[in-house]
Amino acid sequence: MQGRFVWIGLALAGIGGLAFLALHRGETVNALWLVITASCCFLAAYRYYALYIARMVMRLDPARPTPAIRRADGLDYVATDKTVLFGHHFAAIAGAGPLVGPVLAAQMGWLPGTLWIILGVVLAGAVQDFFVLFISMRRDGKSLGELIRLEMGSLAGTIALFGTFVIMVIILAVLALIVVKALAESPWGLFTVAATIPLALLMGVYTRWIRVGKVAEASIIGLVGLLAAIIYGQEIAASPFWAGVFTLDPVTLCWVLIIYGAIASVLPVWLLLAPRDYLSTFLKIGAILALAIGIVVIAPPMRMPALTQFAMSGKGPVWTGGLFPFLFITIACGAVSGFHALIASGTTPKLIADERDAPLIGYGAMLVEAFVAIMALIGASIIDPGIYFAMNSPAAILGHDPASAAQAVSAMGFAISPQAIAQAAQAVGEHTIISRAGGAPTLAVGMAEIFSHVIGGAAMKAFWYHFAILFEALFILTAVDAGTRAGRFMLQDLIGLALPSFRAGQGPLPGLVCTGLCVAAWGFFLHQGVTDPMGGVNTLWPVFGISNQMLAAVALMLATVVLFRMKQQRFALVTLLPTGWLLICTLTAGWLKLASSDPKLGFLAHGRVVGAALDEGRLLGPAKTIGQMRQMLFNDRVDAGLCALFLFVVLSILGFTLRACRQALAQPRPSTREISSELVPAE
Amino acid sequence: MRFVSLIYAGLQAMVGLGDYDAYSRHCAKHHPGEPMMTREQFFRDRQDARYGGKNGGRCC
Repeated sequence: MQGRFVWIGLALAGIGGLAFLALHRGETVNALWLVITASCCFLAAYRYYALYIARMVMRLDPARPTPAIRRADGLDYVATDKTVLFGHHFAAIAGAGPLVGPVLAAQMGWLPGTLWIILGVVLAGAVQDFFVLFISMRRDGKSLGELIRLEMGSLAGTIALFGTFVIMVIILAVLALIVVKALAESPWGLFTVAATIPLALLMGVYTRWIRVGKVAEASIIGLVGLLAAIIYGQEIAASPFWAGVFTLDPVTLCWVLIIYGAIASVLPVWLLLAPRDYLSTFLKIGAILALAIGIVVIAPPMRMPALTQFAMSGKGPVWTGGLFPFLFITIACGAVSGFHALIASGTTPKLIADERDAPLIGYGAMLVEAFVAIMALIGASIIDPGIYFAMNSPAAILGHDPASAAQAVSAMGFAISPQAIAQAAQAVGEHTIISRAGGAPTLAVGMAEIFSHVIGGAAMKAFWYHFAILFEALFILTAVDAGTRAGRFMLQDLIGLALPSFRAGQGPLPGLVCTGLCVAAWGFFLHQGVTDPMGGVNTLWPVFGISNQMLAAVALMLATVVLFRMKQQRFALVTLLPTGWLLICTLTAGWLKLASSDPKLGFLAHGRVVGAALDEGRLLGPAKTIGQMRQMLFNDRVDAGLCALFLFVVLSILGFTLRACRQALAQPRPSTREISSELVPAE
Repeated sequence: MRFVSLIYAGLQAMVGLGDYDAYSRHCAKHHPGEPMMTREQFFRDRQDARYGGKNGGRCC
């Protein structure tokens, strides 16, 4: 009875906190308010909404054997303790997305982002993860593509698989772009990240041959090496010779990354990928915990306004577009992430011991991910707004020196002096912080601010900045490497539909061809982003956001079909509400990016402006040759084609969903394709 | 002690190393007398399974 009062109190505190944040005007709000409000909302949502879905909508049944019980093999299918499995699942879903999106969204102020992360995760993101986990768990741990094929037909499955592959390519390109933005012209940063390669090779050899399987020992060696690399990096940056070696311009760095990606994805996994994955996973979990503790300990005030003028005008310098629909696709992973559907239908469903563990793992892990997003938003909002806009606006607006940047940012209404910009760069040990869009550097400045208050003071700020950059770059590079391998298999499956000789296990050549195609595909978009006059993130992040949220809509449509087939359609609002909202946001945003008449927003409109200039033989903006103009035109057409493709994928899946729901309604009995119904006790 | 071993198991699960004890229990119960992997072989097998590419691996 007392417990119930605690839960009701938490729920009321959460709602009260939301109302306070939304209606608060005037003096600065402390970041702790956001932390407390989010925590209360998430705990109450878990206690009431997740368990409601588990009991009433899904009717989870402890007597029903999970794949880990039915198909136990000691390897892939193993009944696992729920706390341990929570760690496995969270480590798999947490990536760079929830860190970057909220930082970019902060240009509208911290309030819109906070509200969307909290409401979005409770009603959409966590629901999606939970449902896909549930659906896969009842079907032997099948993957998202197979589940769609099973419940909606093989054509729908193939379309979804194809869409997933394209989304994968965009994700890899945008992640690599973030690394380029963070490491270009930064000898200290590039040296520490480059040092992870020999360190990982050493760890790989150690765990493979010297002390087989001793991952903990190898990770400690690696971690010590990393800290040494960060400290030594300062001297590298100070040395005239080595600083020159490790100072690369963005285009060179882009090619280095593409060549690295191609080599890394054909090396044996134990040599480079696996050891770096150990390092990046442990570093990531450690950094997230440290950030949470740091925010609570120093309780920083939010210096960014709750709302900026860009929330209303839609003409923000970081990314173009109004609050609706673009806020909801910019904050992708922290609130809803389609990519999680691939994880929730990957290894996790094969490890669940009891159906009742699913809410904690499916819904709970996503709540923690949203909490990470809230912390990223706090990190971006506790630094001087002038610094934020100097770091995140494109060079086309800011120019290249502190004087021009200070003038441009002050003109936006965020007064800042050239000295302050130069000082901020010096404090974190960089030549310049101007126009370093992409989220990672901004968050690193915020994290350095928080960490240096707890440990080391101003003298340690540069160390903490490079620590934060390293932690982000490390797990992005791991994701690029692992993603290229996953994309290669997807491509082999897809080509294998037409040419069976391309499937996996048919000799090394198809694998190499598909790896090459995969690297070329993300490399193309990376190069496009790096050479984009608007900074690349401006163009690529919305395309990524649209595609990722569309994948989420596809996963939620699958969940809706399954509910109808289970004859549980009276609860369909649970999935229809987020599906509808995501469809409205992504279709509107996709259509605007495709066809808006504003050349800053629409790819086709921008292409027309470039085309008209080309016809007259004029050069536009930063393009210096006619060849670069042609490249811009080509890029616009590719991006427009991509938007059209995503619209086609999501609309066709919508069609299949409607058909499947209608068929299910016409059936008198449940028509799901769940496995092992004979083992289910009669209801 | 249980807490420490839970943390250790959690860290292992985060990087997909698998649980050798669970594997050997499974083999002893269901496949007695049949050959089973050593701890080293199990580690390599799990590494290849995690990064073979079939499991999307990690997220954005």
